[in-house]
Amino acid sequence: MSNTSTRENAAVLQDYQLNSKKRGFLFELMKNKILFLMLLPTLIFFFINSYLPMIGIYYAFTKFDFAGGLFGSPFVGLKNFEFLYKSGLLLKLTINTMGYNLVFIFLGNGLAIFCAILLSEVNSKFFKKITQSIMFLPFFISFVILNVINYNMFNYDRGFLNSILEVFNLGPVDVLNTPWVWVILIPIFYLWKTLGYAMVIYLAAISGISEDYYEAAKIDGANIFQRIWNITLPMLKPTFVILLLFALGSIMRGQFELFYQLIGNNGILFSTTDIIDTYVYRSLRVNFDIGMATAAGLYQSVFGFVLIIAVNYIIRKINDDYALF
Amino acid sequence: MKVKDAEYAVLFRTLAYSIISFLSLICLFPLLLILSGSFTNNESIFQDGYHIIPKVFGVEGYQTVFRFPSTVITAYGVTIFVTIVGTVVGLFLITMAGYVLQRKDFKYRNTFTFFIYFTTLFQGGLVPWYILLTKHLQLLDTYTVLIFPALMSPFLIILMRTFIKSSIPEEVIESAKMDGANDFMIYYRIILQLALPGMATVGLFLAINYWNDWFLTSLFITSQDKYQLQFFLLDFMNSAAAARDLGAGTGVNLGFDVPIESTKMAMAVVVTGPIIFLYPFVQRFFVKGLTIGAVKG
Repeated sequence: MSNTSTRENAAVLQDYQLNSKKRGFLFELMKNKILFLMLLPTLIFFFINSYLPMIGIYYAFTKFDFAGGLFGSPFVGLKNFEFLYKSGLLLKLTINTMGYNLVFIFLGNGLAIFCAILLSEVNSKFFKKITQSIMFLPFFISFVILNVINYNMFNYDRGFLNSILEVFNLGPVDVLNTPWVWVILIPIFYLWKTLGYAMVIYLAAISGISEDYYEAAKIDGANIFQRIWNITLPMLKPTFVILLLFALGSIMRGQFELFYQLIGNNGILFSTTDIIDTYVYRSLRVNFDIGMATAAGLYQSVFGFVLIIAVNYIIRKINDDYALF
Repeated sequence: MKVKDAEYAVLFRTLAYSIISFLSLICLFPLLLILSGSFTNNESIFQDGYHIIPKVFGVEGYQTVFRFPSTVITAYGVTIFVTIVGTVVGLFLITMAGYVLQRKDFKYRNTFTFFIYFTTLFQGGLVPWYILLTKHLQLLDTYTVLIFPALMSPFLIILMRTFIKSSIPEEVIESAKMDGANDFMIYYRIILQLALPGMATVGLFLAINYWNDWFLTSLFITSQDKYQLQFFLLDFMNSAAAARDLGAGTGVNLGFDVPIESTKMAMAVVVTGPIIFLYPFVQRFFVKGLTIGAVKG
C-alpha cells in the first residue's frame, strides 16, 4: 500500500517536473507571479536607465543634428573615431584613465591593508574607534568639498600652502597651473577620500581570522612581524583579489567626480589630468560636441567590456572561485 | 625568545599608534581648514591667506549666508525632499529585488541577476543617456530627474541579496509559506523586520548619495529654485570666482562688497553640517553592514 503511494508520488513529481520544464517561462510566471511583480519595477528601471540608452550609441556614427534627432542626423561612419584617434586624444585619454586607475588600485589597497593591520594590533579600543571614525569621515563628504579644499589649500593668493611658504620666506608656488604636480595630488586626494572605506573592509576580513592561528604561531615562537607576514597577509589575499578584480573590471571608467571637482575646466592641466569621463562630460556640456562625446563614450564601454571579458577568462583558467561571472 | 617577541610587539604598537595618529590628522586637516576659514574675518583672508587658526576672528561669512536665507533654505528643502523620497522608494525596490533574487524556488533568478549585473559591464554612455532623459522622456528641470536615475544600482541590489541570504534562514520563509502567507506578505512581514541592519546600510548609501549629489543638477536642472545643496555650493564657488575675475579685469574689486572668501567657507560648512551631526550614528551602521554584506558576498 505505502509502496504504491510512494511510486504514485514519484510519478506525480516526475510529471510535474517534466511539465514545468516543458511549460518553461509561462508556467514559472504563473507560479511565481507575485515574485515577478515584485521584481518588475527593478527590471523596468534598468531597462529605461541602462538598456534604452544603448540605442543612442548610433550617435557615435553621426554628425549630430539637434533638429534631426536620432535618425535625422547625417551618418558619417567612423569619422568621429578617426578624429579622436588621429588627434592623439584617444591615446592620451586612455593612458591617463588606465594609469590613474592602476595607481588608485595598488596604492589604495596597499595603504588600506597596511593601515588595517596596524589598527588591528592596537589594543586601546577608544583609540581604535576614534581614528577609524576620523579616517572614514571623508568618504561621507561630498566631492564639491574637494573643490573647496583645493581652493583654500592651493589658491595662489590666499591658499594655506602659500601662506605657510611666506612664513618661511619662500616664494609662492602656482599649483593650479602646474600640470605635473597633479599626477601626485590626485592620488593623494583619492586616498584621502577612500582610505577609510577600504580599511573598514580589510578590518572586517582581519576580524574574521581565527585567533587559534595566532596562538599556535605564538607557541611556535613566531614574533609579531612573522605572524603578520605568514598569517594575516595570506588570509587577506581573497579579499584583496576580489576587490582587485572588480577594480580591474572598471579600469576604463574614471573617478569622474574626483577629477572634475579638482580640475574642472582648467585647460592648462588637461595634459596630465584629462580622463575619458571628463572629456565626454565637457564635450556634452561645454563644447556641445554630441557625436564626438558619444564616440569617446562608446570606445570606453567597448574597450572596457573587452578587458573585463579577457580578465574574467584568464581568472577562470587560473582559479575558478574568483571568476566574476 | 619570549622577551624578543614582547620587544617587537612594543616596537610595532608604537609604530601603529604614531602612523595611525598621523594619518588621522591628515584626514581631519582639510576639514579644519575650512572650518577655520569660515570663522575668519574676510579681509584677514585677503591679507594673510587661510590658516588653521583664524588670525582675525569673524562671522561675517555666516551672516552673508543667512542674509538671504530663502535661497539656502530652498536648496536645503530640495535636497531633503529628494533624499527622503529617493531613499524610501529606492530602499523599497532594492529590498524587494534582493528578496526575490535570493529565493531558491525562483527559477530565473540567475538570468535576472545577470540582466542587472550586465549594466555594470557595458553602458550606452553619458550622452545617449542624457539625450534619452532630456529629449525623449522630457525630464529636463523636473524633480523626477533628480530622483529616478539614482534609485538603484547593481551593487546595492547584490549587497541586499547577499544580506538577506546570509541573515534570514530559508526555513523561516518555508514555514511562512506553509502557513499560507503569499510572497509579498512574507516580504512585508518577515524580510523587512529581519533585514533591518542590511536596510540601514543600503539606505544610508542611498541617502548619502542623494545628499551629496551635484551631478544630476549640473546636467538637468536649469532653474535655480531646484538646485540641490551641493550644486548650490559649487555654483557659488564658481560665480564668486567669476565675480573676482571680472572685478580684476575692470579694475573694480567686487570682492569687498560681499565677504566672498569667508562666505565660501561658511557655505561649505552649512552644506556639510548635517552629515557631520549624523555621522556617529551613520558610521556604526556602515561598518556593521559592510562587514556582513561585502565580506561574505
